[in-house]
Amino acid sequence: MGRYILKRIFAMVFVVLGVTFLIFTILYFTPGDPARMILGADATDAEVLALRAELGLDDPFLVRFFTYVKQVFIDFDLGTSYVNNRSVSSEILSRFPKTFEVAILSVVFAVVIGIPLGIMAAVNQYTWKDNASMVVALLGVSMPHFWVGLMLSLLFALKLGWLPASGFGGIEYLIMPCLSIGLGGAGGIARQTRSSMLEVIRQDYIVTARAKGLKESTVIYVHALRNALIPIITQVGNMLGVQLGGAIVVESVFSIPGLGSYMVSGIKSRDYPAVQGSVLFVSIVFGLVMLLVDIMYAFADPRIKAQYQRKRRKG
Amino acid sequence: MDAWKTTKEEERILEVENLVVEYTSDKEVIHAVNGVSFSLNKGETLGLVGETGAGKTTIAKSIIRILPDPPAKITAGKIVFDGQNLLELPEASMRKVRGRKISMIFQDPMTALNPIFSVGNQIAEAIRNHEKVKRKEAARKAMEMLELVGIPAERYDEYPHQFSGGMKQRVIIAMALACNPELLLADEPTTALDVTIQAQVLELMGDLKNRFGTSMILITHDLGVVAEVCDKVAVVYAGEIVEMGSREDIFDFGAHPYTLGLFQSLPSLTGEEKRLKPIGGMLPNPADLPIGCNFSPRCPYATEQCRKEKTGLTEVREGHYIRCFRAQKEGDK
Amino acid sequence: MEAKKTAVKTKKDSMLLITLRRLAKNKMAMAGLAFILVMVAVALLSPWIAPYSYDAQDLEHVFSMPSKEHWFGTDNLGRDIFSRIMYGGRYSLRIGFISAGVAALGGITLGSIAGYYGGRADTIIMRVLDVFQSVPSLLMSIAIAASLGPGFTNCIIALSVSTMPAYARMTRASFLNVREMEYVEAARSINASDFRIIWKHVLPNAISPMLVQATMGVASGILGAAALSFLGLGVQPPEPEWGAMLSAGRNYIRDYWHVVLFPGITIMLTILSLNMLGDGLRDALDPRLKN
Repeated sequence: MGRYILKRIFAMVFVVLGVTFLIFTILYFTPGDPARMILGADATDAEVLALRAELGLDDPFLVRFFTYVKQVFIDFDLGTSYVNNRSVSSEILSRFPKTFEVAILSVVFAVVIGIPLGIMAAVNQYTWKDNASMVVALLGVSMPHFWVGLMLSLLFALKLGWLPASGFGGIEYLIMPCLSIGLGGAGGIARQTRSSMLEVIRQDYIVTARAKGLKESTVIYVHALRNALIPIITQVGNMLGVQLGGAIVVESVFSIPGLGSYMVSGIKSRDYPAVQGSVLFVSIVFGLVMLLVDIMYAFADPRIKAQYQRKRRKG
Repeated sequence: MDAWKTTKEEERILEVENLVVEYTSDKEVIHAVNGVSFSLNKGETLGLVGETGAGKTTIAKSIIRILPDPPAKITAGKIVFDGQNLLELPEASMRKVRGRKISMIFQDPMTALNPIFSVGNQIAEAIRNHEKVKRKEAARKAMEMLELVGIPAERYDEYPHQFSGGMKQRVIIAMALACNPELLLADEPTTALDVTIQAQVLELMGDLKNRFGTSMILITHDLGVVAEVCDKVAVVYAGEIVEMGSREDIFDFGAHPYTLGLFQSLPSLTGEEKRLKPIGGMLPNPADLPIGCNFSPRCPYATEQCRKEKTGLTEVREGHYIRCFRAQKEGDK
Repeated sequence: MEAKKTAVKTKKDSMLLITLRRLAKNKMAMAGLAFILVMVAVALLSPWIAPYSYDAQDLEHVFSMPSKEHWFGTDNLGRDIFSRIMYGGRYSLRIGFISAGVAALGGITLGSIAGYYGGRADTIIMRVLDVFQSVPSLLMSIAIAASLGPGFTNCIIALSVSTMPAYARMTRASFLNVREMEYVEAARSINASDFRIIWKHVLPNAISPMLVQATMGVASGILGAAALSFLGLGVQPPEPEWGAMLSAGRNYIRDYWHVVLFPGITIMLTILSLNMLGDGLRDALDPRLKN
C-alpha cells in the first residue's frame, strides 16, 4: 500500500506540472497589462515598459514558462505578489487555515445533516418520510450557495442580529458561511446516501444479518451503512477537496480573507504570481484529498485494499 | 391439520398451521403461500421440494419472520415453535429466536456474507449477539466453529472474497450453528455450488446436525439431496403442499401427478432407457391462480372436476397425505 | 417472486419510447418539465409579455416593495424586478442549455475517441483531463472567464470547458464497459462493422447516463453562470442575468430584501425543476426499476 501511495504522489507531480502549464497559458492570454495595473493610470509609458522588462513580461512564452517552472520546482519559490510585494507562499499559508476551517465545518454540517437524512429516506422508502427528506435534499442542491448565504445573513445578522454579517474570527463568524455551503452539500450527500443505501439494503447479506437476530439498528448502521459508504466517501471527499480550494463565492459574501478571495482578487488585478501560486497550491491540496479518499476506500472495503496490494505485486 | 399423528406430542418442535403469505404490489396480490401446514419433530429433517418460485423460501422466511414487509404479509396461520406462536411474538423476543433457536442458511454463499467484515467476525457477531460473552470468548468460539466446518482457525481474519464458494457456505453453516440452534432452515444450501463440493457440504451438514441433534428443514429442488438426508418430504406446488409423507412414502408410493412428474424429470443411473419426461408448462401466475387444482393446467390426468374444484390434503396411508382427486379416489378403492 | 412477470413488451417499442412512457408516469419529473417549459416560454416571449422593459428606469420609484404595479418590486434604478427576471431567463437559461450542450458534445467526442481508439490517443486525452479536473471546476471557470473577459459568450465557453471532462470520462467508461459486453462480442462474431457496432450497440447504451448528466448539467450551468456574474466575471449589468441581479442587489439587502429574494427563488425553482426532471430520467432509464 505504501508503494501505491508513492506511485500516486509521483503521478501527481505530472498533474501539477500540467496545471502549472494550463494556468500559465490561461493567464498569458488574459488581456490587461499587470505593469499598468501596478503603476496605475498616471504612470508614463516608459515607466510601464521598464517594469514590464523587470517582471520579464516581454520574454517569449516558453522562456517565461520555464523560468517560472524553475523558480517553483527547483527553487521552491512561488514568487512575490505584483500587488503588495508580499511573498505568495506566506500569503497562501496565512490564508489557508481560514479556508481550512470553513471547509471542514462545512463538510461537517453536510455530513451530519446529509447522511442521517439519506438513511432515513432509504429505510422508509416510498413513505412520507422518504418524500419529505428528498424534497429537503433537492432544495438543498438547488439553491445557489451564495444566495443561501445572503438569505441567512439577512435573517440572522441584519434582522435578528444574532450573528456577525461578515469578517472572520470566532466560531460565530463561521456558522453562516459554513451552513450556506453545508446545506447544499448535505442535499447531495443525502441523495447519494439514499441511493447507495437502497442498493445495499436489497443485498443478501442484509437478510443474513437479520436472520442472525441482530437489531435493526445494527443491521442498518453497521452492516448496511458500511457497505454503502464508498460512494458517500467519494461525494464527501469531493466536497472537501473543492472547499479546500476556497469557498470562492461564499468568501465574497461574508468577506472572509481565505484562499478564494485571494484568487479572485488576484485574477481581477492581473496578479499573476498570486493566481499561479494559489491555483498550484489548490491543485496539490485537491490531489492529496483525492488520494486520501482512495486510501479511505481501502479501509472501508477490504476488497479494494486487496486490489491496491495486488497492483503492487504486479509491478 | 394433524399431520403425522403417530409421533408423540412432546417431541414436536415446530408446527406450521394454515400459513398464508401474500405479496402486495401496487396492482395485484400475489398468493405466494396458500394455507401450508406441516410439523417437524426433534432431530428430524423435512425436505421441502418444488420448483423455483413455488413458495418454499417464503415458507422458511416466514418461520423466522424475515420476509420483507412491505410487500410481503403473513395474512393467516400459526407457526408454533417450542410451544410459542412465533407470529404473535413481539419483534424484540423474535430477535432472540432468530439466529439462536432457529438459524437459516441461504442459497447463494457468494452474496450471503457481508463483504466488508472478516468471516470470523461475522460468526463471532452471531455469538456475541445471543450469548453474554466477552469479545475474546466469542472469537475463540467462532474459531472453534470454523475448525468444526473444516476451515483452519487462522483464517478467522480473512474476508469473504478470499474464500471459494464452498468455503463460504461452510462459513455460513458455522455462523448458523454457532449458537447451537434447535432448528436449522437450509434454503437450497448446495444449489450454487459445484457438484463435487455439494456432496462435501451436504455431508458436513448431516454430520453436524446429528452431532447437535438439530432439526432441519431443507429446501431443495434436488430429489437426490432429499433421498440422502431427509426423513420426511413435503412437495410444494404454487404455494401449497400437494403431497407429504415419509421419505419412503414419497419415493416409493408417491402418487400426486406433480410428484410423479418430478421423479420422471430426474435422470436415474439405474433406470434403463427411460426417457426424461420434463413436466410441461410453467407454474401458474401466483397473482392469478386457477379456480380448481393449481396443478390442473399442467396435469396429464386433469378432469373437469380438477379444473373446477379445489381439494384438501387427504391421508391416503398413515402419515402420507395427498392433495389430488385422482389419488384420493384410488386410495378409496 | 420470480413468477411476477410483466407483460412481454412488443419488439416495436424502442428503448426511447419505453423511457418516455415511464418518464411520463413520474409526476415529479413532469412537474419539473412543465415548469422549465413555462420558464422557457416566458423568456422567449418576454419582450411582448413583460409588463415593463428590463432597462426601463423609474427613478421616482426606486426600491418599491412588491405591489400591484410591481409584483416583485423595483430595484435601485426603479426597474421592475418581475420583468427583469422574465428577461433574465433569456440569459440564464440560454447559458445553462448551451453550455451543457457544448460540454456534452465536446465531452462525448473526446470520450469516444479515447474509448474507441484506446492506446496513445486515450492516454493523452485522459492525462489532459486529469489536469483539468485537478482544479475545482468553478475556479477553472473563473480563470477562463477572466482570461476571455466578461460577457455572455465567454461565460458559456468558460462553463463548457470546465464541465467537459466529466462527460468525456463517462463516455469513455461506457465505451470500455460496453465493448466487453457479450452482445457486442456477438455482433462482432457475425461480422458487423466497427461503425455499426458503435452506432447500434455502444452509443445507445452510453447515451442514457449522458442524458441524465446533461440535464443536471443545465442546472449546474445556470448555477455556475450565476456565481460568475455574482463575482463580476460573467454577464455584465445592465443585462438582467439572474446572478448579476443578485450581485447588483446584495448591497441593498438590509433594507430592500426583495431585490435579492426573487431572483434567488427563480434560480432555485429552475434548478429544482431541472433536478427533478434529471432524477425522473435516471429512474426511467434504470433497467433495474422495471415497472
